[in-house]
Amino acid sequence: MKKLASFVVDYWVYVLKGGVKFYAWLGFLSLFLIGWAYGNFMQLSQGMIVTGLSDQVSWGLYLANFVFLVGVAAGAVTVVFPAYVYKHKGLHEVTVLGEMVAIAAVVMCMLFVLNHMGRPDRLWHMLPFIGIYNWPGSMLTWDVIVLVGYLILNVIGGFYFLYKKYAQEPLDKGFYMPVIYIAIVWALSIHTVTAFLINTMPARPMWHHGMMPIRFITTAFAAGPSLIIIVFTIVRTNTKFWIRDEALDMLAQIVIWCLGIALFLTLSEVVTEFYHPTEHSLGLQYLMFGHNGLTGLVPWFWFSMVAMVVSFILLLIPSVRKNYRRLPYVCALAFVGIWVEKGMGLLIPGSIPTPIGEFTEYSPSIVEIFNSLGNWAIGFIVLTLLLKGAIGVLLGEVKYASE
Amino acid sequence: MTDQPKPNAPEDAAPDSMSRRGFVKDAGTLSATSLLGTAALMTNSDEAEANGNWAEWFQGNYRLMTQEEKDEAIARLERRYTNEYGKKVTVDSTPAEKGVLFGYALNIQKCIGCRRCAKACVEENNQSRGDQEIEWIRVLKMEKGEFNSVKMGDGYPESYGIQVGGNAYSASGVVLEGEHYYEPEKVPEEDAFYMPIACMQCEKPPCVKVCPVRTTYREPDGIVVVDYNWCIGCRMCIGACPYWARRFNWGEPNLPKEEMNPKTHYLGNRPRMKGVVEKCTFCVQRTRKGRYPACVEVCPVGARKFGNLLDPESEVRRVLADKRVFRLKAELNTYPKFFYYMD
Repeated sequence: MKKLASFVVDYWVYVLKGGVKFYAWLGFLSLFLIGWAYGNFMQLSQGMIVTGLSDQVSWGLYLANFVFLVGVAAGAVTVVFPAYVYKHKGLHEVTVLGEMVAIAAVVMCMLFVLNHMGRPDRLWHMLPFIGIYNWPGSMLTWDVIVLVGYLILNVIGGFYFLYKKYAQEPLDKGFYMPVIYIAIVWALSIHTVTAFLINTMPARPMWHHGMMPIRFITTAFAAGPSLIIIVFTIVRTNTKFWIRDEALDMLAQIVIWCLGIALFLTLSEVVTEFYHPTEHSLGLQYLMFGHNGLTGLVPWFWFSMVAMVVSFILLLIPSVRKNYRRLPYVCALAFVGIWVEKGMGLLIPGSIPTPIGEFTEYSPSIVEIFNSLGNWAIGFIVLTLLLKGAIGVLLGEVKYASE
Repeated sequence: MTDQPKPNAPEDAAPDSMSRRGFVKDAGTLSATSLLGTAALMTNSDEAEANGNWAEWFQGNYRLMTQEEKDEAIARLERRYTNEYGKKVTVDSTPAEKGVLFGYALNIQKCIGCRRCAKACVEENNQSRGDQEIEWIRVLKMEKGEFNSVKMGDGYPESYGIQVGGNAYSASGVVLEGEHYYEPEKVPEEDAFYMPIACMQCEKPPCVKVCPVRTTYREPDGIVVVDYNWCIGCRMCIGACPYWARRFNWGEPNLPKEEMNPKTHYLGNRPRMKGVVEKCTFCVQRTRKGRYPACVEVCPVGARKFGNLLDPESEVRRVLADKRVFRLKAELNTYPKFFYYMD
């Protein structure tokens, strides 16, 4: 118990102590909290009317970010899986960092869901026993279960590992390994269920097909490791902690193949919907080419296509993939491309046209943008602190000193 | 809502309480227990008023409340609404009657697109007005099909041998490509017919299935209702509804005092709050008292029929037996109890 208490203290002391660069980074992120505070105040006092949403397009930027970030959270498994299933040495050393990325991503998911809700004050209605939990009927309740479960698994897995490392004690494999293996399967479930959330609604033909879960998984396993490659590059160039080239190579391989499959699936959908277009193809048509002059999403779609194709091709070239200075930029391109593809490109046109055939355009309001930037900033603050602590423990700078 | 008279002021507490109690007595439909509960809460102590909002926040899901809790919740709401709107507001809780399953039939041959139904609905059901107007009924204007000789030549195979173009590319018929913002001088318009839509009160409602907190559910008489006090505003139901029947209160609803309809039902037309979903309830506050929905009553051409589907003599049953009837998007297996028909 004393050991645990001293772990908590030492961990936080280490996390909160840093150099100029560290504080400058946190300060920069904190700037976004001003807009975030304003946006949340506006939304809580005025209602969702301060967003760009409407009865026609009632799901927007918040849910788009949510869906994307569930993927990023799930993508952390691309570190854990090779490390424990294929005994990948480079990744095995940094598993815990992948878990930290997952925790930060789930935190962001939750912030976005809260922003999406019209009555966040009534969230307790979802608590089992006190409220009503419409499980197993409602897909949203499944999503809450898998997300909360995933958060808990990663917190347990990550911090148990860090604590044992801190205390310089061996891991209890009988406890730790089951957590890891459950977390691996669980990672797949969070994104599968998030796909089911939107593809189980026949009212929205653009989403209503069985390809959705695998498309979600592949884009997730491209976006997740892309972010992790960027994070790892920053870690190894800015801290004393070295991450091996093999780790980055492995992640880059995963990005390539998942990106390739994702593009393949997108093209399959385009062919299916356009060979003999029906009423059900209207969403995709609107997304790609607009409708009677309404072209709000067209640039987004083509940007994401270009970003994904270009990053895919670049990653196929060994001299780019193996150039660790260039690699993070290519990964950033892939990351942004998938963010657009899954957000503005998939979530928004699901509501356009409406089930009665009305085309209404949606663009996020300034409040939505402030809140979204703020949520990302909070996520990156959480990620920075988590990574700093984890690295401190891995480096042995934070360890139990027995007097 | 900021400039309303102070509800707790002791001087107007007494007369207010008296008259309200009198009104409750007059409303003979309330059950005896409901009366007791109401009266008990009508003591109008400052503390009770101050706790009103908190108590409302803590109240459970309507369907799972005990009768006592329901009475309390209703008395609380009546007090709040009466203060807010400056007139005696009643909140009814009449449950579904046994042996009743409501059904609706609409004659698209007769509808002239005047939208009196939509207007009457807003007046009856206390929807938000003005900039944030909410309408549960929307009338789709459908273009009549056209086949003319000018376009005759378009329908022949092009060089690839595929037949493209031609007359059939024009809109025609009930294909849900109508528009509901039409503003003509006069209705009906020459080349159009009309198809009003609202909640279809599905037998298998997708909106109910997706609701994470069961705030929306089917009543035994077939009406799909929303407990506005339990809704968390996640809008899953809006995504799931294939008929675009659900509306969200994006801001604080704008319901002028003088236009407020004080005869309300807990599951129906009582005033809503921001951040919750609402929809057509077949005017539950009327139909459970044996009256017609407002839209049926107002329709100038008698295109709207309403009644008990379990009663062989009811108008809807007659329509189902004698007319050519169809349901909207039947392929989605939602089994609407809203039927369209032609003579």
